[in-house]
Amino acid sequence: MNGPQAMTQDIILETQGLVKEFKGFVAVNDVNLKVTRGHIHSLIGPNGAGKTTCFNLLTKFLEPTRGSIRFNGNDITKERPERIARKGVVRSFQISAVFPHLTVLENVRVALQRKMGNSFHFWRSEKCLDSLNDRAMELLTEVGLEEYASLVTVEMSYGRKRALEIATTLALEPELMLLDEPTQGMGHEDVNRVMQLIKKVSANRTILMVEHNMKVVSGISDRITVLARGSVLAEGTYAEVSADPQVIEAYMGSEQGGH
Amino acid sequence: MTVNKNIGFAALFLLGLLAPVLIYPVLVMKVLCFALFACAFNLLLGYTGLLSFGHAAFFGLAAYAAGHALKVWELPTLVGLVFGTVSAAALGWLFGLLAIRRQGIYFAMITLALAQMVFFFLMQSSFTGGEDGLQGVPRGTLFGLDLADDMTLYYVVFIICAAAFWLIYRTINSPFGQVLKAIRENEPRAISLGYDVGRYKLLAFVLSAGLAGLAGATKMLVFTFASLTDAHWHMSGEVVLMTILGGMGTVLGPVVGAGVIVSLQSELADKVGSLVTVIMGAIFVICVMAFRRGIVGEAMALYRRMVGEKV
Repeated sequence: MNGPQAMTQDIILETQGLVKEFKGFVAVNDVNLKVTRGHIHSLIGPNGAGKTTCFNLLTKFLEPTRGSIRFNGNDITKERPERIARKGVVRSFQISAVFPHLTVLENVRVALQRKMGNSFHFWRSEKCLDSLNDRAMELLTEVGLEEYASLVTVEMSYGRKRALEIATTLALEPELMLLDEPTQGMGHEDVNRVMQLIKKVSANRTILMVEHNMKVVSGISDRITVLARGSVLAEGTYAEVSADPQVIEAYMGSEQGGH
Repeated sequence: MTVNKNIGFAALFLLGLLAPVLIYPVLVMKVLCFALFACAFNLLLGYTGLLSFGHAAFFGLAAYAAGHALKVWELPTLVGLVFGTVSAAALGWLFGLLAIRRQGIYFAMITLALAQMVFFFLMQSSFTGGEDGLQGVPRGTLFGLDLADDMTLYYVVFIICAAAFWLIYRTINSPFGQVLKAIRENEPRAISLGYDVGRYKLLAFVLSAGLAGLAGATKMLVFTFASLTDAHWHMSGEVVLMTILGGMGTVLGPVVGAGVIVSLQSELADKVGSLVTVIMGAIFVICVMAFRRGIVGEAMALYRRMVGEKV
């Protein structure tokens, strides 16, 4: 790769030959992924295709066996997970990742707080965090949760917890958001709401998401990568990948044996 | 709510001032020291989600360190207490470095193993007096006050414990405390928000160890001796019991738990002898099976339900 400037100008995230082996089992096999800045990029594939493992590698929650990860042209393969987050790659989790016994406002504030630089100050009152409340409320308003600010998070519905998770992620102003099945386990209305929300927050940033719901994938993705058994099977727009015979086979099983 | 809380703390403070007039002051001091020990432990278990099974090491080491400073080096009382506390905090830093990378039962086992090493060190070393313990430590004076008098000492101990209690309360309700709670609630999420959770856990561990040490050093001052009991793993178990019985993750739970356990032990010791251990075990089983939130936790839940029903 010569001339990294020209090559990486519009590629925000790139993996080369990414491999993850678990004792005798290859979960992610030679994945070369390129995510274009400003896109909503979906990662799809049948169960066990390695999508979540891929996410864990990109955010360094797992250590890749081989291969490299570049973010904005810089190699981040050796970084620790909290450093990746600080660089602007922030992930969500498959199971809603909130702090259940903090209030909704506190959930967002914890994310805002780190930049204040007083997070080790055990001798100060938490009142000094009140200056973050306005910004936290803005973020809650953005996801439609402003009226629940003082509620203890555990008492909210599942769909709202996912929305809160997005607000918390947004608080870090990530350049690249990684959403792991943002609509999983949701009812029809919640799915629509979260889909609109993702569309809305994708302005000025890049989103890479794992998603099973094809309506969401086809509705908002700019680009789709299909994974199967740890490898990239196809890549393109929804129209392209949905017409790909290999993709159809991976999803439906072999043509005669599908059930 | 905050007004209620302030009234509650003021009432407790008054109670603390009056207690030695009503009850034998040495017993109240013992309760206070164990209450501080349990509160320090709760900072880790209740607010960070780390179960240490080696807190006796900090309690015991600080008792010996402070005792040695006062008896052998003949340092002033205040310096002795500070020396005990700092020794415990330093040991906490070392324990923390080794243990915080592990979680759950592994964390507990590493802290237990390290604490056992400290126990054997204290048992074998010559300066600790081995099985006899370090006896006849002078209480000395503090700001011209003669601490040999139990009443005088009581108010010194009370102020030390109240100040330490305030520091713990402040820590829980600080920016740092917010991050600790976030780690307790969902560690991977805290990492994904950019927090280096290891460093936060380490600071929590050092604070907890230091305050546990302050409790141990103060208890040594009250009884004028340090013994192997202070560093024995039974002591680590007892502080777990106090915290869980009172209510882990509540501000006052450990204080209540320590009060109940210490007064039960002193009440029952002459009456049932070694059966005390059996009774303690039974209390623990009942607590874990029937009221997991502990005394204070259950009381708060009941209060919330009652208030909630009214609305």
